[in-house]
Amino acid sequence: MANMAQAIRLALNYSEKNLQLRDVFGQDVGAPLGGVFTATQGLKTSWNTPLDERGIISMAMGIAMAGDRCVAEIQFCDYIFNTIDLLKIAGNTLWCTNGQYKLPMTVMTPVGAGIRGSVYHSHSFDSWASRIQGWKVVMPSTPLDAYGLLLSAIKDPNPVLFLKPKALMRVRGDELIPGEPADEKELKMRIDAPIGDRSKWKADWPQTEEYRVEIGKGKITRQGEQITVVSWGRHLLLANEIADELKADGVSVEVIDLRSIYPYDWGMIKKSVEKTGRVLIVNEDTEVTNFGEHLIYRVVQELFYQLLARPRLIAGKNVPGIGLHPNLEDATVPQKAEIKSAILEIIEEVP
Amino acid sequence: MSYSKTTSSKSNSAKANFAKVVSKKKSLVKMSSKSVKSSKSAKSNTSTQSLGQLPDKTLIQMLDLMIKSRVLEERLIKIYRAGESYFWIGGPGEEAWGVPIGLLANKGQGVKHDFLHLHYRCTPTLIAMGMPMKDSIRLMMNRVTDPSTGGRNFSNHYCIPEMNIAPVTSPIGVQYGIALGTAHAQKRAGAKAISIVTGGDAGTAEGDFASCLIWASRKDNELPMLITVQNNYWGISTSYEGQHGETNIADRARGFNIRSRVVNGNDPVESYLALKEEMDYIRKTGKPSFIEAKVSRLYGHSSASGANLVTSEEDCIKSFSDKLVSKKIITEKEVKAIWSAYEEEALRATEEARGEGAPTSDSIWDHVFADNENSDWRKF
Ligand SMILES: Cc1ncc(C[n+]2csc(CCOP(=O)(O)OP(=O)(O)O)c2C)c(N)n1
Ligand SMILES: [Mg+2]
Repeated sequence: MANMAQAIRLALNYSEKNLQLRDVFGQDVGAPLGGVFTATQGLKTSWNTPLDERGIISMAMGIAMAGDRCVAEIQFCDYIFNTIDLLKIAGNTLWCTNGQYKLPMTVMTPVGAGIRGSVYHSHSFDSWASRIQGWKVVMPSTPLDAYGLLLSAIKDPNPVLFLKPKALMRVRGDELIPGEPADEKELKMRIDAPIGDRSKWKADWPQTEEYRVEIGKGKITRQGEQITVVSWGRHLLLANEIADELKADGVSVEVIDLRSIYPYDWGMIKKSVEKTGRVLIVNEDTEVTNFGEHLIYRVVQELFYQLLARPRLIAGKNVPGIGLHPNLEDATVPQKAEIKSAILEIIEEVP
Repeated sequence: MSYSKTTSSKSNSAKANFAKVVSKKKSLVKMSSKSVKSSKSAKSNTSTQSLGQLPDKTLIQMLDLMIKSRVLEERLIKIYRAGESYFWIGGPGEEAWGVPIGLLANKGQGVKHDFLHLHYRCTPTLIAMGMPMKDSIRLMMNRVTDPSTGGRNFSNHYCIPEMNIAPVTSPIGVQYGIALGTAHAQKRAGAKAISIVTGGDAGTAEGDFASCLIWASRKDNELPMLITVQNNYWGISTSYEGQHGETNIADRARGFNIRSRVVNGNDPVESYLALKEEMDYIRKTGKPSFIEAKVSRLYGHSSASGANLVTSEEDCIKSFSDKLVSKKIITEKEVKAIWSAYEEEALRATEEARGEGAPTSDSIWDHVFADNENSDWRKF
């Protein structure tokens, strides 16, 4: 099984060959490194940029304006903040021009904590991104979804932000990408750049196939009856684990992988909460004006009389950074135990 | 809205004017164009112009378009004063620089034509490219018929995809970065088209300006870009001296081995010749070039500062028409006729635009996403 970095690489290779992807660029994205998480190794169209995030986003906007497809990378989302007005412009260009200039560009960036990345390699961007209108925002939790969402992002006529949970870059899924060799070692041999001199290395790309995850569609990853847990990215996998553990104790948890932050799959959330009457939203961006609060607002507005307990959000603590020492990081971003006990509390709550 | 037909023709009355004037003059006027002005001399209100070796036809065409642009801007200010618009910002005083750009650009849509990444003082360029006055007035009056923004944005925030006019946006300086991307795509297409980018002097302090110089000049990755600055010596109320340690902004380009020069942007001939030379160089070499144009700001920053006529700075149209009159390339009477024909056209266009519809409230959700895919979360 491909890990997420390999899945992204496969998606980019597929897109170079089949979706007119013309440029993949960012800091250290081209040879020899192929990205700090190796997600762009071996590609034909990848190239290294100056160390200039604003330049990277601007370049993508211009390429898109000229009608070519590109994927730009910001090396860590911690460094995307100085481009936020450019992201605003990329998102409002179509609207400001009354529908005249589309900007079909994809920006991908690693997000979140979980690798002991200290203050400036642990930020999240999903809630911030949800406030930048005109963008679609996606965040996969599995390699297969990463592949399918990236193809959709590249095809989409709008700017799409593809958030890569950095702690999941080396995590394998349990479903093959269509066309992916079943043998992990073979895949590695064919598409991972060798250690040492890479000047003569070329990837031997497997013929992966078109597989798309529609932007705006979530996925029920665990069926359950007593509570709905909505999450995305790294914490989705935690939610799955918890649901499996609780199942053994006779607690039935439904887990929704939202996958798209905007547009989001309200239909799926609604149907699930109507069934369970209880909802917990989990993500690691900071908790004040967190995107999960919007979802809870909507749950309260539309499903108030079907609720059996107060909806709840578990998110990152509202502090300026994520400290390096594990005591600090673990106290800042949601942990498994906290999520599990919240689920049990909500289930026990009676109206 | 197609500009392909209107670009080389002006309004009928103006066209007649122009043809009449040109037909009378046959001689070439020969004068030196080497008149790079120091920062101080470009700010005086006395003429600093030359005539170069341009045919009378081009000289008169430039004067004609400069007047047209000025008349339009003055009409926009009147529309603001009459309370028929909320804000005015524009380019009166920068015509001698802007008109030649419009005349020289390879006009059209797509990577085989030039892209223009402009700021809010570029009406002269668009007038020279054939934008009808009425379209600017529609933008000024936020009509639904405004072809640039449909009533969504400020005056002079043009967007004309048919002519590769990238949307003008308010955040200062961002166009310098975005132009890199169109230049990159143009270079790949290999059609010798270039990306032209311009902005104000104060805006060069933004990081995007530095980004532009850095990305455009990477060794073996140079981009076909004409990078320009319209230096009017002001950033709202901040003087040039208040911000700049460098002697000329153009000096910054040299640090990146970008060919660079300063021109008197109050002189349409000098501007034309410099632009032509640099555009030819870029098309030939695929490398960037830089021009800083010293210009005047004749009505202050915007309506927020009153939009009153400034008499202490050179008026490039007055200088140029005086020069053409004194060289007997045009008569005073003919110049007057150009002004009044355009004034009449602008007035008519205003009356027509006034009667056109306004954008409807329910249109706010239009074009958030492409092809009007729903973007309203209430309907997800
Ligand atoms: C990023 C940004 N900061 C501030 C402003 C407000 N603002 C509008 S115009 C202007 C001055 C620009 O001066 P300059 O670049 O010299 O252009 P000019 O208006 O003189 O042509 C400022 C500060 C803005 N529009 N964008
Ligand atoms: Mg200025």
